[in-house]
Amino acid sequence: MKNIYSERKYVVIGIFLAVGFIFIAKLFYLQIINKSYLLSAQNNVIRIITQYPARGLIFDRNGKLLVYNEAAYDLMVVPDQVKKFDTLELCNLIGIDREIFTHRLKSIREYSTRKASVFEKQISKETYGYMQEKLFKFPGFYVQSRILRSYTYPIAAHTFGYIGEVDNATVSSDPYYKPGDYIGISGIEKTYEKELRGVNGVKRIMVDVFNREKGSFQNGKYDTSAVKGKDLWITIDADLQLYAEQLMAHKKGSIVAIEPSSGEILCLVSCPSYDPNLLVGRVRSKNYEILEKDTLQPLFNRALQATYPPGSSFKLMNALIALQEGTTTPEVRFPCNGTASVPIKCSHYHPAPQNMLGAIELSCNPFFWRTFNTIMNKTRDIHDSYNLWRNHVMSFGFGNSFSSDLFTEVKGFIPATDYYDKYFGEKGWRSMTIRSLSIGQGEILVTPLQLANYVATISNRGYYYVPHLMKSIESEEDYSRTRVKKTTTIDPKYFTIIVEGMYNVFEGSMGTARHYKVDSLDICGKTGTAENPHGKAHSIFIAFAPKDNPRIAMAVIVENAGFGATWAAPITTLLIEKYLTGKTKRKDVEERIINCNLIGD
Amino acid sequence: MREDRGIFKKTDRWLVIIYIALVLIGWINIYAAVYSEEHKSIFDLGQNYGRQMIWIVTSLIIALIILLFDSKFFSAFSFPVYLMSILTLIIVLIVGKVVAGSRSWFQIGPVGFQPAEFAKFAVCLALARYLSSLDLDIRKVRTRLFALLIIIVPALLVLLEQDTGSAITYSAFLLVFYREGMPGRLLLIGAAGALLFVLTLLIDKFILVGLLIGVTLFLIVFIRRNRRRIILITGSLVLAIVIVFSVDYAFNHLLKPYQQSRVSVMLGKEIDTKGAGYNLNQSKIAIGSGGLVGKGFLNGTQTKFDFVPEQSTDFIFCTVGEEWGFIGSLVVIGLYIVLLIRIIQLAERQRSIFSRIYGYGVASILFFHFAINIGMTIGLAPVIGIPLPFLSYGGSSLWVFTILLFIFIKLDTNRMDLI
Repeated sequence: MKNIYSERKYVVIGIFLAVGFIFIAKLFYLQIINKSYLLSAQNNVIRIITQYPARGLIFDRNGKLLVYNEAAYDLMVVPDQVKKFDTLELCNLIGIDREIFTHRLKSIREYSTRKASVFEKQISKETYGYMQEKLFKFPGFYVQSRILRSYTYPIAAHTFGYIGEVDNATVSSDPYYKPGDYIGISGIEKTYEKELRGVNGVKRIMVDVFNREKGSFQNGKYDTSAVKGKDLWITIDADLQLYAEQLMAHKKGSIVAIEPSSGEILCLVSCPSYDPNLLVGRVRSKNYEILEKDTLQPLFNRALQATYPPGSSFKLMNALIALQEGTTTPEVRFPCNGTASVPIKCSHYHPAPQNMLGAIELSCNPFFWRTFNTIMNKTRDIHDSYNLWRNHVMSFGFGNSFSSDLFTEVKGFIPATDYYDKYFGEKGWRSMTIRSLSIGQGEILVTPLQLANYVATISNRGYYYVPHLMKSIESEEDYSRTRVKKTTTIDPKYFTIIVEGMYNVFEGSMGTARHYKVDSLDICGKTGTAENPHGKAHSIFIAFAPKDNPRIAMAVIVENAGFGATWAAPITTLLIEKYLTGKTKRKDVEERIINCNLIGD
Repeated sequence: MREDRGIFKKTDRWLVIIYIALVLIGWINIYAAVYSEEHKSIFDLGQNYGRQMIWIVTSLIIALIILLFDSKFFSAFSFPVYLMSILTLIIVLIVGKVVAGSRSWFQIGPVGFQPAEFAKFAVCLALARYLSSLDLDIRKVRTRLFALLIIIVPALLVLLEQDTGSAITYSAFLLVFYREGMPGRLLLIGAAGALLFVLTLLIDKFILVGLLIGVTLFLIVFIRRNRRRIILITGSLVLAIVIVFSVDYAFNHLLKPYQQSRVSVMLGKEIDTKGAGYNLNQSKIAIGSGGLVGKGFLNGTQTKFDFVPEQSTDFIFCTVGEEWGFIGSLVVIGLYIVLLIRIIQLAERQRSIFSRIYGYGVASILFFHFAINIGMTIGLAPVIGIPLPFLSYGGSSLWVFTILLFIFIKLDTNRMDLI
């Protein structure tokens, strides 16, 4: 039955159709045109959990385990998934108060609301146990297992370096790292980061809004498993390193020992040092701050970064250059008037005049000044003579960094001619002006590492392998990156007399280190005393042994300790004895060194 | 028995088929929304889909019973049913159970029951009965006011229960009035008012007033000859300005903060994906991630893992959108539109005015629920907790929509009679 308003049904149907059409249009936009919702959906339910692999272990040259891993657990949070829950319970569980909780969550939210962030680092195993059971009460939170470093012996802290959270700059430049990941920050951990870290795995787990895990996403089709980091064998001898650190207790300074036939560093000591276990995990930043504020600078790696004038140990260098340049011969004798000598006095009382052999044994200052003078007068222009000298010096590795696998070496300083030109004017300097160089004082600065390499080069009679720390890496056969041979500009034949002189430092009746001679060991050495404008001179000793086919070469520097013979020489000989024979006989010397406190606290 | 067979023969197949299709689609999606490996049995009464199965079976029984009734019964008992419904609405205010902030449930043993749902069909009956009175003149103000009263009394009671969503549903009956002779411009004015309402919330009120004055001046210049129209337009302007300021006042002072933010979120003014906008955002993510063909049955991750709240009741359409994609959404929307148009067509062929008005009432209520529910899941309507007819989980709503529809189907079998 029709009535006058029956036409209105079309309006009503029209409204229905219009609404249906609007819905379809909107759905078309949501479901087909706009793809962002698909992405949101994935972020919503798939929790990407990084599977951190075990970091590579570090062994010493004899296969002793030095650095290993321990499991730790981080409490993670995805702010987007956090819902109302009993905050107090969580606070009590991890032992923080509510204000810190709120503040922390707020700052995490500011970073990202969708990505997982570390909420509490390295919760204890006990807390982790509780956590596992109660986690469902805290939506948005989950536990991620991590790897922490642990050290067998409290030694070689500087060499190992430490790991810590990756910084923002690295995160933005290297896609491998995500905020909160760990990365080697210094030492071997940094140099061999790529080998040690392994490959992170990724596990995609589906979770519901209550934080309940609902199994792996697509049966783990997109998961990747973590690949364990490579193990590393380093050149350090743990026993030697440990003994060296014991001897250096309560002293400032460093010891570097190198195997001359390979360039492998046997020990690398910088004292005062610290226990590497201090810079692990939750306590790292707190302890780092304490160490950083320490006036003795325990974080400073003196072996690679401190520079000293080489003192008398450098006399050997001047002798070698003079022989190479033909400005002198081993037979030439120079007079010495002891403390009355000019321009450089001699503090050692000895018969004079001495030839080269005797001068090395007795460390005669005037002899080496005269020898140096012959080099500087070889050409008419001091610049040419000086450059000849400087080239020879630098061929031993001085004035430059080795750029092997050592972390943050400094170059030291062997001034170029323009340095003196600037200082004295181009015509304003001559041999006399730079006479301090003859006895290893003056402007030149070297690092303990360079000094050790220098003595290794002498022991090799003219060449060296670039000092390095990596002995081998798991399943890597190519050692070319660490076995780099460098030959000096000095002819091997000129080393014979130098080595003989160094031998006499121990064996000669007036040798400067004759008191520390070790029976049955052919040790060759040279004392040095680096004058120090800030206080007592630094005690320096360089040595290698045995005389033929040397197995160890080392440099020892004890800061503000006085004569080289007093401290550095006995430490050197004890270490050489320990390394070559496996034990030390001179217990009285050992005791005196260990118990001596040279930093006075 | 022969007579019964006659009834089924005259029963409209389209409506019954669409009804069954929608109910089954609903059940499948409820199953998908709560599906988990541990509870696979479809008759698990601990799960929503197990219970919904019972509601479906009982609904079908109710439908059958309705078809066996005499059509005259519904007309005759319209007012008693209406009064009873009003009574239960009052009682629930006193002894009702509070669910999600609304005191709108009776709890009888394990079964919850919502009088507001039943009131819809009571109002539908009463309105049809009243407007179809033989001696009625719809043009009289008194008639209109009384008709309005039939709607407003239950609406106010529902509002008192703090169930704003259901209360708003009653505005759907405007369509019935329109069909029965309410001036068409009232509908237009209503639409203009709604537009003004939305604009007030979106644009600064002073800019809006400026725009309105501008448009008015333009119109006056354009039709300067006709004085009557100028007066009309100027009057409209004054009214519009009053509306703008009162809406602004009402929004900021009368609405509760959560209501304000729901409206703001819907209008896109507020993007708060954690708070007021959480439901809408998650719902859009679920639907949007469905793509063209959806993720497949039981493969929806958003709805299944409870990211979308109330996904088997108010947000059931999310599961449809996520698992069946655009195609599935299209089918569901298509079914509703065909259902609604079919009801209108059938209503128009009724000889009895009661049946026609009742049919329009059914269409209006179904349409309103459809429009608001799907609209809210895709961000076109504010989040008002009302169910999607036949699809949403819930006994009360399924029963009511079934009764509502099948009374009309029954009436239609007697379409040639004057009831």
